[in-house]
Amino acid sequence: MPTANNAIRMTEIVNVRTESPTVKTFTFTDRLCGKAKPGQFVMLWLPGIDEIPLSIMDVNNGLVSVSVKAVGDATRHMHNMEAGTLVGVRGPFGNSFIESRGRVLLVGGGTGTAPLLFLAKQLSAKTERLSFVEGAKTKDELLFVRELDGICSGKNLITTTEDGTAGLQCLVTQPLGELLDKERFDMIYTCGPEVMVKKIFEMTEQRKLPLEASLERLMRCGIGLCGSCVIGKYRVCRDGPVFTAAQLREVADELGISKLGFDGSRIPV
Amino acid sequence: MESNLLGISFAGLSLENPTILASGILGYTAESLKRVAKGGAGAVVTKSIGASPRAGYPNPTVVQAEAGLLNAMGLPNPGIDVYSEEIKYAKTVLRVPLFVSVFGYSADEYASVASKAVEAGADAVELNVSCPHVKQTGAEIGQSPKFLSEVVEKTKAAVNKPLIVKLSPNVADITVLAQAAIEAGADALTAVNTLKAMAIDTETMMPILSNVKGGLSGPAIKPVALRCVFDIAEQFEVPIIGCGGITDWRDAVEFFLAGASAVEIGTAVADDDEVFRTICRGIETYLRKKHYGSVKEIVGLAHRK
Repeated sequence: MPTANNAIRMTEIVNVRTESPTVKTFTFTDRLCGKAKPGQFVMLWLPGIDEIPLSIMDVNNGLVSVSVKAVGDATRHMHNMEAGTLVGVRGPFGNSFIESRGRVLLVGGGTGTAPLLFLAKQLSAKTERLSFVEGAKTKDELLFVRELDGICSGKNLITTTEDGTAGLQCLVTQPLGELLDKERFDMIYTCGPEVMVKKIFEMTEQRKLPLEASLERLMRCGIGLCGSCVIGKYRVCRDGPVFTAAQLREVADELGISKLGFDGSRIPV
Repeated sequence: MESNLLGISFAGLSLENPTILASGILGYTAESLKRVAKGGAGAVVTKSIGASPRAGYPNPTVVQAEAGLLNAMGLPNPGIDVYSEEIKYAKTVLRVPLFVSVFGYSADEYASVASKAVEAGADAVELNVSCPHVKQTGAEIGQSPKFLSEVVEKTKAAVNKPLIVKLSPNVADITVLAQAAIEAGADALTAVNTLKAMAIDTETMMPILSNVKGGLSGPAIKPVALRCVFDIAEQFEVPIIGCGGITDWRDAVEFFLAGASAVEIGTAVADDDEVFRTICRGIETYLRKKHYGSVKEIVGLAHRK
């Protein structure tokens, strides 16, 4: 049914910032998305091009930021956009991460770090300790290191790269295993490539630790109608994108394995 | 028990209650259909399935309208050969009848897809001859009595399960199409599919849907759908499934009174997958209050003169 957040609002991009050779952050004004919580997403209409789901990276005084990697036609088009470009916004959609107190650990891979930075900012004042493990292919792709360094007060930020150009040369799962065995955490949050999320889920399950993971799927309607983004019985756009360990157990046969393609057939993740 | 009041049978199908998931909503996977059935649906209809895979249109495929939703998905579907496996799996997890929605670009194609769907386990076939936004199929067939009868006739000959024909409201007189479908062998009719519509953004001065035009659903179209059901019921004895903007029990009851034996619910499912159960409870309370022993007793009562 008609809701305020599902109505398209036209707004201008007010700022574009380059984060890495392949990632840019776009900032726009939107009253409703300005109240979004970490984990929620927007549907961004690029007139004449496409409409795509994007995780919210930050909200600040009505300003909303999304970090976008150039991976397809729509995102490559976005990378050519400048301040002043008109876009349409629907949202915020989906659920959000549940704030935990005590000792929390965030694990981000690639642009999956963006919504976790938003979460980290909100959690930093409320938690006893906040640790962050971030992984990327190479140094240039490690996002938001300076911001995270500030939030985690240095020693609780671990970075990894596959090629060893920065931080540890390994996947995020390697230091994560050591961390989980050495320290006690009250909540673990993750977002990133689904194969990574699946591996982290297996690690937290083995150790009986709580986990919240944000998932990504092909999305069309964003409001739970079209069924394009389902995993098991869940709609990622409406029941997610954040799922608990208990929910992930229910969809373990699809997590990191298959998703629906544009034609609704099952394809590898 | 509820089933006494709400149980219905039509076209050889028995439903525990008269609320059905409309085609196009969720409906790709068996797991999604199962979830809807758990929410209280008496039967479920799949996405429309064609002969070969179709990716559908680029986004935007959905735009909110004043009192409803516009969509132009473009019939995305994996094709019947792949989807047959999903039908087989769905049949093992569903305890309510499974209707498979079928579209094609020719009468032979409709018949062939329908026959494969039935072979895989479909309890009924619903012909999509009313999608308003894909060329050379859907409404382009369902708006012509000649094409429509050819499709219905060929499909009817190809399947041994109930054949439901979902009609388009985008016609001058829906009873002309209803008659063509009935005479060609339709066991039941669904009235109606979405209304052809569009939305334009004033800032960019552009149509919003990538396909420019799409179909309007939701409360905005309920009075139109209701009139279509009423018109058909006035002239024909055929079982009718009412569809269009049904959100609460009162909407459903209006459709029964207009002559529908069952109702399909689509757009309202997004906000509440228990909407079927909620509507059933409301219908039941209404029937008790009005001293009716079955929902069947109120079908068509608005036609009393």
